[in-house]
Amino acid sequence: MIDNFIILPVLVHMFTAIIAIFFWQKVNIQRVISILGSSIGLVLSLKLFLKTQGTGILTMQAGDWQAPFGITFVSDTFSSVLVLLTGIVAISVSLFSTAAVSTNRIRYGYFAIFHFLIMGLNGAFLTGDIFNLYVWFEIVIISSFVLMTLGGRKPQMEGAIKYVAMNMLASIIFLTAIGILYGITGSLNMADLAVKVAQIENRGLVNVTGLLFFVGFGIKSAVFPLYFWLPSSYHTPPSSIAALFGGLLTKVGIYAMFRIFTLIFVPDHFMMNLFIIVAIMTLVTGALGAISKNSMRRMFSYLIVCHIGYFIAGLGLFTEIAIAGAIFYLIHDIIVKTNLFLVSGIIYKARGSTDLRRLGGFYKDYPKLSILFAIVLFSLAGIPPLSGFWPKINLFQATLTANSFILILALIFASFITLYLIAKIWLEVFWKGLPKGDIEKGDEFEDLPGEKKFVLILPVVSLAAVSIFIGFGAEYVMKISQKIAVEMIDTQPYIHAVLGDLLSK
Amino acid sequence: MELLLVILIGVLYAAGIYLMFRRSMVRLLLGLILLGNGANLLIFLMGDIAKGKPPIIKAGASVFTDVYADPVPQSLILTAIVISFGLQSFAIILLKRIYLLTGSDDLDTLNTHDKDI
Amino acid sequence: MNSIILKTASSYLLPLLLMFSVFILLRGHSLSGGGFVGGLVASIAFVLHAFAHGFDKARAIFRTNPGFLIPVGLFLCFIMGAVPTFFGAPFMKGLWLEKSIPGIGHIGTALFFDIGVFIVVIGVTLTILFTISESDMEQEEV
Repeated sequence: MIDNFIILPVLVHMFTAIIAIFFWQKVNIQRVISILGSSIGLVLSLKLFLKTQGTGILTMQAGDWQAPFGITFVSDTFSSVLVLLTGIVAISVSLFSTAAVSTNRIRYGYFAIFHFLIMGLNGAFLTGDIFNLYVWFEIVIISSFVLMTLGGRKPQMEGAIKYVAMNMLASIIFLTAIGILYGITGSLNMADLAVKVAQIENRGLVNVTGLLFFVGFGIKSAVFPLYFWLPSSYHTPPSSIAALFGGLLTKVGIYAMFRIFTLIFVPDHFMMNLFIIVAIMTLVTGALGAISKNSMRRMFSYLIVCHIGYFIAGLGLFTEIAIAGAIFYLIHDIIVKTNLFLVSGIIYKARGSTDLRRLGGFYKDYPKLSILFAIVLFSLAGIPPLSGFWPKINLFQATLTANSFILILALIFASFITLYLIAKIWLEVFWKGLPKGDIEKGDEFEDLPGEKKFVLILPVVSLAAVSIFIGFGAEYVMKISQKIAVEMIDTQPYIHAVLGDLLSK
Repeated sequence: MELLLVILIGVLYAAGIYLMFRRSMVRLLLGLILLGNGANLLIFLMGDIAKGKPPIIKAGASVFTDVYADPVPQSLILTAIVISFGLQSFAIILLKRIYLLTGSDDLDTLNTHDKDI
Repeated sequence: MNSIILKTASSYLLPLLLMFSVFILLRGHSLSGGGFVGGLVASIAFVLHAFAHGFDKARAIFRTNPGFLIPVGLFLCFIMGAVPTFFGAPFMKGLWLEKSIPGIGHIGTALFFDIGVFIVVIGVTLTILFTISESDMEQEEV
């Protein structure tokens, strides 16, 4: 069936970006265009999600070239959920940016690049072709390079060079893996690959190719021991850009990993053990790195690394319960991590620093805001009934069933450290009195006009509302996650939706 | 021919990785370019080196009977070359900015972040 | 570069190369060529001119900021991708006029898509090159 609806979330952001370039110098028009584009994008992605829920897996053949020869776009539950989350994050960051990003950056094309980035993310989530996935990845990383270096000061450049070098290397490894995969199967369509890879007798070759994919995606999603570029670059750009990166960029690597390793390279015993070891090391090193930092944003960067471990653990256990837990955690993590960086941006605006030692007294000055921020912080730590709590039950349960006690220790350690750090941030930033004599500049947040304050706070409020919804509506979210997990374990519906009649012949 | 290309790919990967390990930023960039070219050649090799054999099925036949030059890897390389063109020009301008900021080509001059701002 | 031969040759070569680039663009549908290569040849024409006469002269010939070509070309590509959706076909399907127009030939969305690519490539390449040459001057001042 021809269904152009699938790629509308991609096209809307492309169109917005093009229009934004036309108004290169008109800052205010660009702001309005961006908000409009993101809102339409959110509505479309919500519709796509509901449609996928209603009718099952949707497919679309770009240019009318039939699968497996043409490029297929597929929207199953996993894709559509991620597109929906991207839509939510995009509108929040877009709103936040209208007040938080300086006019100079906007004149250098901030909004155009922002929408190209969102377009790339949506494309990566929706494509059913592995080379096309590479192309979307490249769109995402080129846009992220530009956002990271825009208006570059020296610290930003320091972060950028590591980021650029590592991501280019990851792309080359990914490309190499695609080349080898094409060499052994002669196909690029993911559903077709799933059928063909399963028939290959030389499992060693398949495993090596799988490992190449793992390294490529591993660099992008910052797993141990390939994560070091992330903590040294994510704190450098402005908070709205960091929010986008922290919320979505590492997760696109996780998405690709889940897609490839459930559909094409179903992990054998060796790969599962490897995933679990990597997960344990990521959890432990990320947590230890986060303790050693005094700056809030550096701490959050390490926490991103640490929490990547949960996803890899879910993939390594490879049971329905574990994958459902990891997916639930992914949904929660995208919303909360974005919000954390937005919150740190507001705190930076109010205090001129993100160093815990130089912050304090936030509760005294802004009691209402502090309560709002508390919701964000404590849902990251997973205090019930907020959103981070529920997926962990699943992960712990699956780990216990699999009898991997070291993993459960690592999971508990990571959760404990997260809680400790959140408590520390709460004490230092909100309750402790403001240290005297250290403040160089006044409270910039206080001096902002009312409408600017409003657009800064509104995204935080709405993201917090989403994470409260995830917490209280956990049953619904868990149902969706379980559906995704079922689709991952049994990939026949996906393959059938893409290849259709071809299989029966 | 295949063997020669295989050796060339190996040399390109090895040289690229070696250059990436150096401290100089220009060498880092050159290393990435060599690695990219190695990956492109690898994909090229996957499409079979067949001279003068276009992928057209002979009249009367329904499948290929002979070796043919697979067009897919060639279009993949074309895409990859365009992408690396963009990435490399971005990286060159980035390095230039960094050089103007720090006055040095040494990656170690960029390690001032341990002050924990 | 200050060579009288290059200077004289490049002023003749500029229109020739531009014509050649259009030729490459148009033959691209079923022969080797197309928007990307054509765009590169066209921007090389300007680069050659810039080598001989300096980047300021090349920019003066170009009149507008080459960056403006990027959204124009992208927009054309986008529209050409979207046209088939109004006819109930999937996005990006190539639609062709049934009859060929005398003197011009067969026209379809793929042709205009390629022209869009041509424009984007010229815009991007020249923007990159002019940017690099600008920062050169900055450096000399430092």
